[in-house]
Amino acid sequence: MSNLAVNAADRERLLDAYPEAFHRSFMQRWGLAIAAVAVFVYLAFCFSFFNVIPTFVNGNWDRAGIYLQDWYSWRAQPRLRFQNGQVVPQWTSRRQYPEGAAIDWLKPASNGGYTVIFGNDDRLDVTPSQVDVYIDGKLYPVAIKGDRAILPAGAPARMVQDDNKVNVRFGFAGQAEIRSNQVYVQRRFLGWANFFFDTQSPFWGRSFTGVAGLMFFGERIDPAQSNASLALDNFLNNGSWQHGDILSKLMQTLVMAFVGTLFATLLAFPLAFVAARNITTSRPVNWGMKRLFDFLRSIDMLIWALFFTRAFGPGPLPGIAAIFFTDTGALGKVYSEALENVDDKQREGVKSVGAAPVIVQRYGVVPQVLPIFISQSLYFWESNTRSATVIGAVGAGGIGLKLLESMKTNADWDKVAYMVLLILLVVFVFDNLSNALRSRVMGKKGH
Amino acid sequence: MAHVAGPAQFSGLQESSRTILDHYQQQVRTRRIYTVVSIVVFLIVLAASLDFANNANSGKFFERLPYFFDFIKSFVPNSPLEIFRAMFDLPSPYADGSIKFDYTSDRVWITDSFYIPNFFYQLAITLNIAIVSTILGSTGAFLLCFFASSNLVGSRAVRWGVRRIMEIMRAFPEIVIAGLLAAILSIGPIAAIIAVSFHTIGALGKLFFEVVENADMKPDEGLRASGASWLERVRFAILPQVLPNFVSYTLLRTEINVRASTIIGAVGGGGIGEVFSLSIGRDHAAKTYAIIILLLVTVICVDQFSAWLRRRLIGKQSFEFGRGAA
Repeated sequence: MSNLAVNAADRERLLDAYPEAFHRSFMQRWGLAIAAVAVFVYLAFCFSFFNVIPTFVNGNWDRAGIYLQDWYSWRAQPRLRFQNGQVVPQWTSRRQYPEGAAIDWLKPASNGGYTVIFGNDDRLDVTPSQVDVYIDGKLYPVAIKGDRAILPAGAPARMVQDDNKVNVRFGFAGQAEIRSNQVYVQRRFLGWANFFFDTQSPFWGRSFTGVAGLMFFGERIDPAQSNASLALDNFLNNGSWQHGDILSKLMQTLVMAFVGTLFATLLAFPLAFVAARNITTSRPVNWGMKRLFDFLRSIDMLIWALFFTRAFGPGPLPGIAAIFFTDTGALGKVYSEALENVDDKQREGVKSVGAAPVIVQRYGVVPQVLPIFISQSLYFWESNTRSATVIGAVGAGGIGLKLLESMKTNADWDKVAYMVLLILLVVFVFDNLSNALRSRVMGKKGH
Repeated sequence: MAHVAGPAQFSGLQESSRTILDHYQQQVRTRRIYTVVSIVVFLIVLAASLDFANNANSGKFFERLPYFFDFIKSFVPNSPLEIFRAMFDLPSPYADGSIKFDYTSDRVWITDSFYIPNFFYQLAITLNIAIVSTILGSTGAFLLCFFASSNLVGSRAVRWGVRRIMEIMRAFPEIVIAGLLAAILSIGPIAAIIAVSFHTIGALGKLFFEVVENADMKPDEGLRASGASWLERVRFAILPQVLPNFVSYTLLRTEINVRASTIIGAVGGGGIGEVFSLSIGRDHAAKTYAIIILLLVTVICVDQFSAWLRRRLIGKQSFEFGRGAA
């Protein structure tokens, strides 16, 4: 770059010509730095106020990994109990296999034991007196003596003696807890178990083409109905995934947002005309109506939701009422502001031909503001589709409550992931729908 | 109005005018048919939705309506002063040992003789959650938004990726993040902060990058001509133009986040929301009204303050329109 030398005369001239560039006030020069320091000090204060470090140190980070893995994978957890010199697998109520199914990773051995396969070179050979652990093809026999499982010498770090039991970790594939009376196995697989049909269903365990073939060309399984309708019924009433219930809850949430916004629009429309200063000329009435809007808007949607939940019991009705009350206020405010900005010439024109007051509003005002009204209502509809989920969680029902219930068990994270996917999909679809409607109403120029 | 005119009025028209009139009336008729059909479809959808909602609810609308006012009647405090006592944690003359009238034991003692009333303390937690998550969220959105705007980043893939990330952050239900963190970190304000910040990044990021895309590119050209780097161009050409709008949107977001952190609190994030949902669920009338009044005053104050600040920063420009998009 060239050297930018400025001689004294030029310097004076520049200083005179652009005083605002060379003599900046204290706030202009230091304002940003002061604000940044203030924000930093505030954050540091909150850091200690909310006990951030102790909370993070005391967090259950080992469980966090399991919870996150549960989103996209599932685990089978049989207990291999030692009974009378035999190994008997015992499943919890959450079992993913039907009674007597042949499981390819859990096979009975000829000596009365069981073989649990975790990978090509990783497996357990379980017998009541000894558990042979194979890690990367190498054998580490865990002997069971009395009430104690004993870690063999030279075992790798993935095997740990924990009091009387021996824990073995196989990474993502799972883990095993070897105790004196049982081996507690956790075997993890990618994907969601029994997503379409539960173990009670005749369609369970079939491939996609197998199910399709049975649905459309197979012999009737249930003489009362066709296989396709049986499959649909089995799918919706899937015991572990509850598709029917989840979809109906999702529908409730959508209905909350739709009906709440619609009613708010219908009520805010006439009220906005009362609140607009240029349409209703009485100042006290304008003022009263605007304060009513402020009141409805300022009471949180949460308060309305809890209030109506106490009155009507949990379900979509309190959700509708909460959205209706809050948004009547919010839409009323936006609408009346739009009305106050209308062009007066059109009203005068209609008035000058002797039209009645209502006709003046209908043909002089409504055509001007209707696109804005509709576009605003669509915005609110869009955002309410999202907030109805949260409102549901505090007791108004719908998918929000279902999500909260599933999260509280700490074992249904796969179901949570499924519902989140459904919500994301619905929000995406509704955003695009409302954008398409809006650009039709407003024309291409957008808003 | 004019288009319902009968043929008698137009008997003197010429043939060409006649055709135009016919076409016009034809159009009006078609339009009316469309309007009627769409209104009918709309009403059917509405009726079906209402019926569905009513059936899904645990209490039916018309069955519960007569008891609605009973519920309100049971929610009258013993005396108006009780609300005041509940708000400031003063002892109640109705005290009978139950927690309904026990206002004093929740006091938050700062020194041996000075306490903060519990509801004010909880309100402070909620407000701090809102402010911290707005700061964190707007910082994140600020860093991301430049990579999503087509006038600053040439690579389509980067833009697409950043925009999708923002979209997912925006639509991801806050309660799921709060719930997952509550399971890991135990229930408390940190889960709420992270959940609300996460959503704020997505919501503000979208508004921010739209502002950046609408910026005037002439200063940028000037800097580019003098050989400025990308960072310098963003700092000296774009930032001065967009900063007032950024601040204004951030203030608007603060208002929304105060509400959001109250709601997340009710689901288990701590703060005033949790206290409120407990007291309304247990029919503690005085406490409930005290919290409602506190929340109402807070929300109005925050709204007014941020509106005043916004007006000072960018003049009279209505940003209510941003609410739905956010």
